[in-house]
Amino acid sequence: MALNIIRKLAAASAMLFACSAAVSAQTLVFTAIPDEDETKLVERFRGIADYLSENLDVDVRYIPVKSYAAAVSAFRNNQVQLAWFGGLSGVQARSLVPGSEAIAQGVEDQAFYSHIIAHKSTGLNEAEDLPEALRGKTFTFGSKGSTSGRLIPEYYIREAFNEAPDDVFSRVGFSGNHTRTLRLVEAGTYEVGAINFSVWDKETKDGNVDTDAVKVIWTTPSYPNYQWSIRGDADERFGEGFTDRVQQALLNMKDEELLNSFPRSGFIPVSNDAYAPIEAVGKQIGIID
Amino acid sequence: MFSSPTVRVSFLFVAIALVALVFADVAITAANPWKDLGRFFMGIVTPDFFSSEGVALALLRTVAFAFVGVALGGLCGFVLSLVYRNPAVRMFCAFIRAIHELFWALIFLQFFGFHPLTGVLAIAIPYAGIFAKVYSEIFEEADPTPGRLLPPGTGVVSAFLYTRIPDCWVQLRTYTAYRLECGLRSSAILGFVGLPTLGFFLESAFSQGHYSEAGAMLILFYVLIATMPLWVKPKLLPVYILGAPFFLGEGLPIVWGNVERFFTQDIIPSPLRNGEGMGGLMPWLGDVMATEALPGIWNTLVLTQIALVATGLIALLTFPLISNHFGGPVRRTGGHIFLVIARSTPEYILAYILLQLWGPSMLPAVVALALHNGGIIGHLIGRQSSAIDLRPDAATGFNRYTYELVPRVYRAFLAFLFYRWEIIMRETAILGILGIYTLGFYVDSAIQNIQFDRAMMLILVTALLNIGVDALGRFIRKKLALQTMPTC
Repeated sequence: MALNIIRKLAAASAMLFACSAAVSAQTLVFTAIPDEDETKLVERFRGIADYLSENLDVDVRYIPVKSYAAAVSAFRNNQVQLAWFGGLSGVQARSLVPGSEAIAQGVEDQAFYSHIIAHKSTGLNEAEDLPEALRGKTFTFGSKGSTSGRLIPEYYIREAFNEAPDDVFSRVGFSGNHTRTLRLVEAGTYEVGAINFSVWDKETKDGNVDTDAVKVIWTTPSYPNYQWSIRGDADERFGEGFTDRVQQALLNMKDEELLNSFPRSGFIPVSNDAYAPIEAVGKQIGIID
Repeated sequence: MFSSPTVRVSFLFVAIALVALVFADVAITAANPWKDLGRFFMGIVTPDFFSSEGVALALLRTVAFAFVGVALGGLCGFVLSLVYRNPAVRMFCAFIRAIHELFWALIFLQFFGFHPLTGVLAIAIPYAGIFAKVYSEIFEEADPTPGRLLPPGTGVVSAFLYTRIPDCWVQLRTYTAYRLECGLRSSAILGFVGLPTLGFFLESAFSQGHYSEAGAMLILFYVLIATMPLWVKPKLLPVYILGAPFFLGEGLPIVWGNVERFFTQDIIPSPLRNGEGMGGLMPWLGDVMATEALPGIWNTLVLTQIALVATGLIALLTFPLISNHFGGPVRRTGGHIFLVIARSTPEYILAYILLQLWGPSMLPAVVALALHNGGIIGHLIGRQSSAIDLRPDAATGFNRYTYELVPRVYRAFLAFLFYRWEIIMRETAILGILGIYTLGFYVDSAIQNIQFDRAMMLILVTALLNIGVDALGRFIRKKLALQTMPTC
């Protein structure tokens, strides 16, 4: 009896190794950093997958991931060939994949900025500089790997206070994404938080923010952010000129509904060099080696 | 009273926990924790089973990963248990089981990516280490007499199959079935790092405040575990095990070059990779230890010691709920339901829920660890207490609890508690991924920064810490002459 079961177990595990995935070589798989609520991401990127597959004549599939690092790793490991990255994750990913390129960014991404938002109980108001009163408050970033939710806000906090966030605030957390930062500060779980302007504007416009409970108290100077990046071996895999065709398809995207889901007013060409400032800040803070 | 070594050890651990409490960060930081908790319970009582298309599939995947992972782990563990006397095998097994399933998953994600193998191996590897240890313990306790009665010249394999296995069969089967339940929990939480199991959808629903959807998923998960005796039948097992690999989902293809790169480059400490040699390694190691490992170890220890004592308190408070020396059948049924829920909910999910509701601090982690582990121990000693025969004129009520039952079950209680010490620590470390500053927090940060050399170093530190606590727990159990059957 025991032998019998052992035999069955062995057969089962052998079968496991045999049945590997069946994604054809002609499927373009892409991902995106999980910077917002998942339902929104799935809705948005399924639309993009349909749009791209119509325009590129290949199957296009979107896979959702749970962390920024997972998006970078999937890109590095060639499990996805295209990705919608933030500034920092894009820099990380492209440094790991030789030949990969940033091909398009949103019009808004040329001069992106972050807000510092605060719960009403802090009594803080919008100001020109980061107020000294922030000291000792509880603070949440977005994801650990976020440009607008962590890197840039941390840079300016360090600049203003000459100390690491851990020393400035009584408690520092990482909410995971921008929507959650908004909810946590709105509920007062954290007194202060960092959020990107794009999510803030969209949520405010859609009436999803209790503006009595939470408000913007400071805004960072602008910096380059989100972009589409593609692997350097995409042409080799999908045929000559494929990278250019993907870029054209993104630049030609005019569908209001699709663009609004980002929200971006359109996409424009960009190059790796545009993100040099992000790389410099990443190195300075120690997120990039 | 203090002449009893068990009492002295108990008070020592309570004292350590009280000191730890002084250093711990325990607070409710949410502005409206009760409002959110209320909304969550409303979600549980108004479950929405049809909101998300993915839930049924996620449950199927959860079961499939559990079956394949546990089967593979069981098979490898069985083979390892046969050579478990070898110290090298022993060390190897202690090492692989000291690393939590989620850490294994995070490691495999870096080179297998979203291939089913990631989830299967994340369960199978630590489980193999645990199976090896427990199976070998079971074999050791088997009665040697039948073996001695065999005619000379009987082969080793036949002797093993005809004398050991039949004698141990019931225990092997019970333990394996029990691990399958643990496997379902492990499988569910793998979703939190991106595998297509229940945790994936639970995290999404929860973080967006869709409590009715989250409630439905939790209820389905409890039903799945509670009905296991109905659907896990010995005759159906081969069907499940053979069928499960086909329901793991497709994932994405493995690129084998990534595996090589991971082991030959990614995890090599950066000073060595950059050719700085040993001279660069020491400052690097020093930096990892000072800024990440030591704070992580400190917080992990503080949280573990508080959670251990809290677990003990919960167990002692809840076991009367199911003991037939107290209350009637209604109360006992209620007690059973409470304990089933407490022990079926993985700590990770409980901690995640409480963190969302109460805000970040060690408190949600302590409560989650205490509820889950206390639920398990409370269930075990509650059952044990029911088997005790009291004199007809024994004291009733509170006196029965304090003078009759607690002293009788106390040794068993301590045995379970010290057995779970290492398990609690392993979970404490992993809860760092949720944002509590234990070792898992620093591992997760290193992975988020794509610094796998740091991550591996910290996982190694975590494993060594676990092995240390495991040894200490065994030492104390031996000193106090406490015996126990394994729990997961």
